[in-house]
Amino acid sequence: MSKRKILVSFAAMCMLSTAAVAEGPKPGGVINAVIQPEPPSLMMGLVQNGPTQMVAGNIYEGLLRYSPKLDPLPGLAESWSVSEDGKVYTFKLVKGVTWHDGKPFTAADVLFSIEFLKQTHARARGNLAQLEKVEAPDQSTVVFTLKQPFGPFIGIFEVGSLPMIPKHLYEGTDFKTNPANNTPIGTGPFMFSEWQKGSFIRLVKNPSYHVKGKPNIDEIYWHVIPDAAARSVAYETGKVDVLPGGSVENFDVPRLSKLKNTCVTGAGWEFFSPHSWLWLNNRSGPTANKKFRQALMFAIDRNMAKDVVWNGLGKIATGPSGSAIKYYTSAVPKYDYEPAKAKTLLKEAGYKGEKVRMLPLPYGETWQRWAEMVRQNLQDVGINVEMVATDVPGWNQKVSEWDYDIAFTYLYQYGDPALGVGRNYVSSQIAKGSPFNNVEGYSNPEIDRLFADGAVAFPDAAREEIYAKAQKILVEDVPVAWMLELQFPTITRCSVKNLITTGIGVNDGFRDAWIEK
Amino acid sequence: MISFIAQRIAKAIVVLLALVVMNFFLIRMAPGDPAVVMAGEAGAGDQLFIAQLREKFGLDQPLPVQLFLYVKGILSLDLGFSFRQQMPVSKLILDRLPATLLLTGTAFAISLAFGILFGALAARFAGTWADTVITIAALIFYATPLFWVALMAILLFSVTMDWLPSFGYETVGAGYTGLAHVLDVAAHLILPATTIGLFFMATYARMTRASMLEVSRLDFVKTARAKGLSDAVIQRRHVLRNALLPVVTLAGLQAGTLVGGAVLTETVFAWPGIGRLMYEALLQRDYNLLLGVFVVCSAMVLAFNLITDLVYRSVDPRIEFAA
Repeated sequence: MSKRKILVSFAAMCMLSTAAVAEGPKPGGVINAVIQPEPPSLMMGLVQNGPTQMVAGNIYEGLLRYSPKLDPLPGLAESWSVSEDGKVYTFKLVKGVTWHDGKPFTAADVLFSIEFLKQTHARARGNLAQLEKVEAPDQSTVVFTLKQPFGPFIGIFEVGSLPMIPKHLYEGTDFKTNPANNTPIGTGPFMFSEWQKGSFIRLVKNPSYHVKGKPNIDEIYWHVIPDAAARSVAYETGKVDVLPGGSVENFDVPRLSKLKNTCVTGAGWEFFSPHSWLWLNNRSGPTANKKFRQALMFAIDRNMAKDVVWNGLGKIATGPSGSAIKYYTSAVPKYDYEPAKAKTLLKEAGYKGEKVRMLPLPYGETWQRWAEMVRQNLQDVGINVEMVATDVPGWNQKVSEWDYDIAFTYLYQYGDPALGVGRNYVSSQIAKGSPFNNVEGYSNPEIDRLFADGAVAFPDAAREEIYAKAQKILVEDVPVAWMLELQFPTITRCSVKNLITTGIGVNDGFRDAWIEK
Repeated sequence: MISFIAQRIAKAIVVLLALVVMNFFLIRMAPGDPAVVMAGEAGAGDQLFIAQLREKFGLDQPLPVQLFLYVKGILSLDLGFSFRQQMPVSKLILDRLPATLLLTGTAFAISLAFGILFGALAARFAGTWADTVITIAALIFYATPLFWVALMAILLFSVTMDWLPSFGYETVGAGYTGLAHVLDVAAHLILPATTIGLFFMATYARMTRASMLEVSRLDFVKTARAKGLSDAVIQRRHVLRNALLPVVTLAGLQAGTLVGGAVLTETVFAWPGIGRLMYEALLQRDYNLLLGVFVVCSAMVLAFNLITDLVYRSVDPRIEFAA
């Protein structure tokens, strides 16, 4: 190519990119996305599962949103301040916001939502445990007063954690049977339009949305397609434009990502930080021995799992906190893949080939393959592993009743160790009947004290020191075997722009999305 | 005939109640319950939440009490409330039943019509290449798992050729009405209905072939031939009609199991029917919904059995109704 041609091409490229920049968001268009499984309800105050938030995160809003670095962003609150002693949080609400039925959204709705969610939302109830009172000095100001400083408090206002509920529709009613549950009314960028159970959910643009010029999209169709292979085909044949994280099996991701006009991103999971590990039963059997647990960490090739099972997505977990979580430290003991070291530790632990029962997570092929890979790793160092097959309810039952030796899991961490990490290690959370607490039965008074102190320490520097210490102790003790910081790839047409703009990703609504024509 | 039908219905109700009681206990023997599943989906781990759910669903009551309340509800035609879907079970089933009836009805018609046709052809040309082709094809479709046929059909007709839609009941958002809507639904119906139909068609073809060959060796066929009737008339009027009795029996039995076939097919093709509802209810231990679907399926099997008995009469006038 001649110099002149190169210059012309370069100039043309510059013009094109300038034109693209100048184009900016365009109004109009329809997004077809996949939702799986079908949500049981879209009323976020009553149902808090992933699919419900993914759809209804467009209908409802919280006071705040969070950036990929988990810094608070304006939501229904336009500004906020914290008192010097860290006990009083004052929120100024956006003025002129209306519910989808035209009624004004005010501070009274915030107060009502707090009371509503204390009754119906397990996570909100825990997050609000330090709340002494909440007041509304005027229609657009809300003041939260805490019993003592609670470090993660500013991180609890995301739409899934604390959605705003319309007081005028729910006050004085039986929340669970309120007819409004079937036609959810929020303040969000999209309004509920139609739900054909088993087929699709249709949302339409909220013309009175409080952010000027938003949303850009006219309609969203959420298609319910139960089979993972069929979801891949739906994308491949152009019937859907968005496959949110986890919609297809990981082995389909490389193939789909090579399709024309297809973009793949792992962004948008920073707030949830899905963290995977193996529950290790600390109460009995070989896994009760610390050296055996450390041996497991050295025996498992997590890099291979990341590259082969997860197609290179995600990160090796270094300890109990994901790297996006506040106060994360990598200054902890390291467990690289060293089978020889694992064998030595097994010998020191006095392991004599006793059978160890392992429960894979029954969430599809990816998890099955991962379990098989781990079993191979463990067998290579001489551990006698028996796989126990279950379905989801069976897995829940076995894990909640502590009927396992090793069990795969992953849990969300919600941005702060006090919200989504401590629950799995403090001894007050040892109780049968739940697969999400301290299932492994690890008990360490120092860890209990550190997590108790960390939640209420003030200012941030004090919390950082406490959690760094806790992470070091835990990684040394290996109460569970941390595996990967998961990344669920979202697959979209590249023409769908700005779909993910916050740390909550597709669960935060499509208010900024637009379609390049 | 009316007293025959009345007695059969009375017996069917007793069978249905026995099935309800048996299913009630069978479901509860499976590990896990809906409260833990729903708490899991909510990512909420506190015992209070799970206890609240159990109380809300009535799962904290002793099993005999739960059974009594359920059977009492059934007797007043109340199938209960779906824990997960937050709706009355009867509404959920009624909303999905038409889609399943359309799918299974079409599949049934395809399988019966083509099964009998190919079976008759194979019998007529027994021992020829046509017989071999039909027999091998029937064996292949009978032996291949439904979900595999479904996925291959999607790969061929949706992905490669782009002829037919791969999922759903209709084109969402297209707003078709009238004939355009009917054609749209028909286009969505072809792949799932054919997938189920092929499996059952293979059975009917094999059964028709064997039965026709057996009947054609009987004396009355020789008599018909001696009378000088044409081969086509003998095959159609004498052999096929008499050979159909076992096929009718089989069809009657399989009409009920079609819903079982629909579970996989509806899941792969995202067809919004009760087969899928049953599959999802099972995974979520949605006891009431699962039992409700079982009740409806059992009622359908009993109804089909009754219809089969009535069809016998029209196929073979020698059969009389006896209660």
